Amino acid sequence: MSTPSAPSQRPASDDAPPDAAVNGSPSLGGPTADDLVVEARDLTLRFGGVTSLGGVSLRQRRGEILAVIGPNGAGKTSLFNCLTGAYKPQEGSVHFAPTPEKSYSIVGKTPHSITKLGVARTFQNIRLFPALSALENVQIGAETRQRHGAFGAIFGSPRARREDRAGIARSVELMRLVGLDHRLHELSSSLPYGEQRRLEIARALATEPKLLLLDEPAAGTNPSEKLELAGLIRRISETGVSVLLIEHDMRLVMSVAASVVVLNFGQVIAHGTPAEVQRDPAVIEAYLGAQDTETQNTEIQNGETQNAEPAAAPATGKDLA
Amino acid sequence: MSAAPTVSEKPPAPRAPEPAADPGLGATIAAALFGAKGLRLLGTWILLGLVLALMTGKDGTPDKPAHAVVEDIFAPRIVTFLVIAMVMWVVVALWPVLRELAAGLVEQARGPAAVVTGNRYAPIGMNLVLLVLAILAPLYFSTAAQQSMVNDIGIYALLALGLNVVIGYAGMLDLGYIAFFAIGAYATAYFSWTKAAPPLPVHAPFHLNPFFVFPIAFVLAGLAGIILGAPTLRLRGDYLAIVTLGFGEIIQLIANNSSWTNGPRGAFGVPHLSIHLGGLNYSWKLDPKPYYYLLLGIIVIVMIAFGRLERSRIGRAWAAIREDEIAAEATGVPTLKMKLLAFAIGASVSGFAGVLFASKQFFNPGVFSLQASFLVVTIVIFGGMGNRLGVVVGSVILQGLAFYLRDKVPATDRYTWFGAVVIVMMIFRPQGVIPSRRRKREIQLAERGVGHADSLGAAPISEDLAS
Repeated sequence: MSTPSAPSQRPASDDAPPDAAVNGSPSLGGPTADDLVVEARDLTLRFGGVTSLGGVSLRQRRGEILAVIGPNGAGKTSLFNCLTGAYKPQEGSVHFAPTPEKSYSIVGKTPHSITKLGVARTFQNIRLFPALSALENVQIGAETRQRHGAFGAIFGSPRARREDRAGIARSVELMRLVGLDHRLHELSSSLPYGEQRRLEIARALATEPKLLLLDEPAAGTNPSEKLELAGLIRRISETGVSVLLIEHDMRLVMSVAASVVVLNFGQVIAHGTPAEVQRDPAVIEAYLGAQDTETQNTEIQNGETQNAEPAAAPATGKDLA
Repeated sequence: MSAAPTVSEKPPAPRAPEPAADPGLGATIAAALFGAKGLRLLGTWILLGLVLALMTGKDGTPDKPAHAVVEDIFAPRIVTFLVIAMVMWVVVALWPVLRELAAGLVEQARGPAAVVTGNRYAPIGMNLVLLVLAILAPLYFSTAAQQSMVNDIGIYALLALGLNVVIGYAGMLDLGYIAFFAIGAYATAYFSWTKAAPPLPVHAPFHLNPFFVFPIAFVLAGLAGIILGAPTLRLRGDYLAIVTLGFGEIIQLIANNSSWTNGPRGAFGVPHLSIHLGGLNYSWKLDPKPYYYLLLGIIVIVMIAFGRLERSRIGRAWAAIREDEIAAEATGVPTLKMKLLAFAIGASVSGFAGVLFASKQFFNPGVFSLQASFLVVTIVIFGGMGNRLGVVVGSVILQGLAFYLRDKVPATDRYTWFGAVVIVMMIFRPQGVIPSRRRKREIQLAERGVGHADSLGAAPISEDLAS
């Protein structure tokens, strides 16, 4: 557990890989490079004069559930966008290893080719295909790995028919996994909010990812749905998919994540187990401002941290979160 | 004029706020007719009636500009137009009420329809009836009408089917679509020629039956589409519209000015289509009927093929791109490749149609005008983008109207009527004559701020993501 006390002291060099989240986690031991599913080094992302990410490094062990938390505008979603190719960071590197044998540098690749390598994501503000049925949404994910082209589809080649059937079967199976198999043919935009969130997870899973990025999957869901969601994330993790999670709900983070990375102002300010991070003075300061640690500490533990973010959100942060 | 009778098939989405208690049919009807909306409609229709009376009546003269107004409006014939306007007012104002009633009955019969089957096949029986009608149609029309059925309706139906892939499926706007048609036509003149009267000053070193030019034109036009699309499809969708517009103009200018294309005189004497297979010998000559049936066959095949394409992973990928390009990209859909594919398929069909056109008759660069490109776009939107049957019906209606008006109104007025029909259509049925279910849902959802209805706005990487 290494937590720089102030942003200015943070090491920003390539040579000193930050003792990543995994190191701080007592249960995990010292990971070798083989164990990492994703390793981001010193990602720097600027929009004009605004620095969204200032040298963020992140390492995630294969099969681990890692949570990224931080106040609004801390750069969490920017980090996700860099990992999925939606943004190209000005500096830094991202290496993604779908299997221990293979490792790819993914900075500069297009989002769809990164998805093909095995990184899938959901969006903070749900982005389903609203006029398609729930099943079709998932099918589109499943079909990204299919090979048949326009002519195969027109002439109904054996491969096209086989893949089509397989895509439907796989999609139905995933809909069952997320508990939506009774909604197959309903319009995706007509589903309740919580179900739309789960449908988005199913669609992401359909692309057969090795790393799944969930951007605030519990936002706007009720307590019982959150409980279900925690179970779902664990089930996904058990199938061998590493899960990287942005979440404000500390109870959910506590219950599923093996370790937590805390971002603030585009910098990693803490990492460790959820319990360690919660006690970390820098984290408490980031969330609540630096007074009266006693009461705030309990607040973080009990409540949703998102209620307490304005203190740390920079003026421009809303656009970047 | 927001009384667009868009038929909603999805009850869960609340449309207008409905009164808690049913006020009774009479009151509902009165409210629909004499509410603010109903009165506005009345005004609009009376205005339209006056405009129609003016348009169809006498012409003004430079020295008596008010002549037409006096002759047309202050005359008994105005009564006819006002009656028409009143009837239209009642029908349009009561349309939502009637629809509500009908929807209630339908819902009673089959339960709530939250379930969507986006890929439902159109009723086979209906299609067969239409096909039989199409087969019988030429028998009841004059030769002049048959010519128009081939040159105007048939060719444009095929063009609209191709452009439908670009506009309806992939959600892109192509304003120079006729350029690929020109490529197909000139390719035919180049590859298919006779020694006696070569249609172009330059020609291939060998002769080909136009039938063999079909695949060549298909590939050539597709390649042209890829070359044009590859750099521009990376940009925002509206740039594509501008670039294609320019491309259409360039092709027409080249055709008009190059010595290779015979300039404005065009290509004359492309051999007709003919079949020599074993003992079977058949040539398409001057009679339009054989062309009609050939075209009909091709259109049916293209419709079946595109229907399969629409219901395949390719079609779903296009739908994904239309609705949310960023999400599609993140779900692994190679958006650029898929858009390029749609663009190339559309271009290929256009080139294909060009071969048929060139082998049937003489053509000159005037055929490939900007107006022709716009006409195809209009047909697609009028007929119902995304719906194959819709765009064919759109071609039949619009081009049929053009043929009908040929003898009825002065040539200069024809496009006024044409425009009026399209405007009225867009006001009352913006989704087209026969809209595609999926497209209609997208338009409705996009109006409520959910997703997009086309891929014109979003580039793959946009600030949109950050929110």
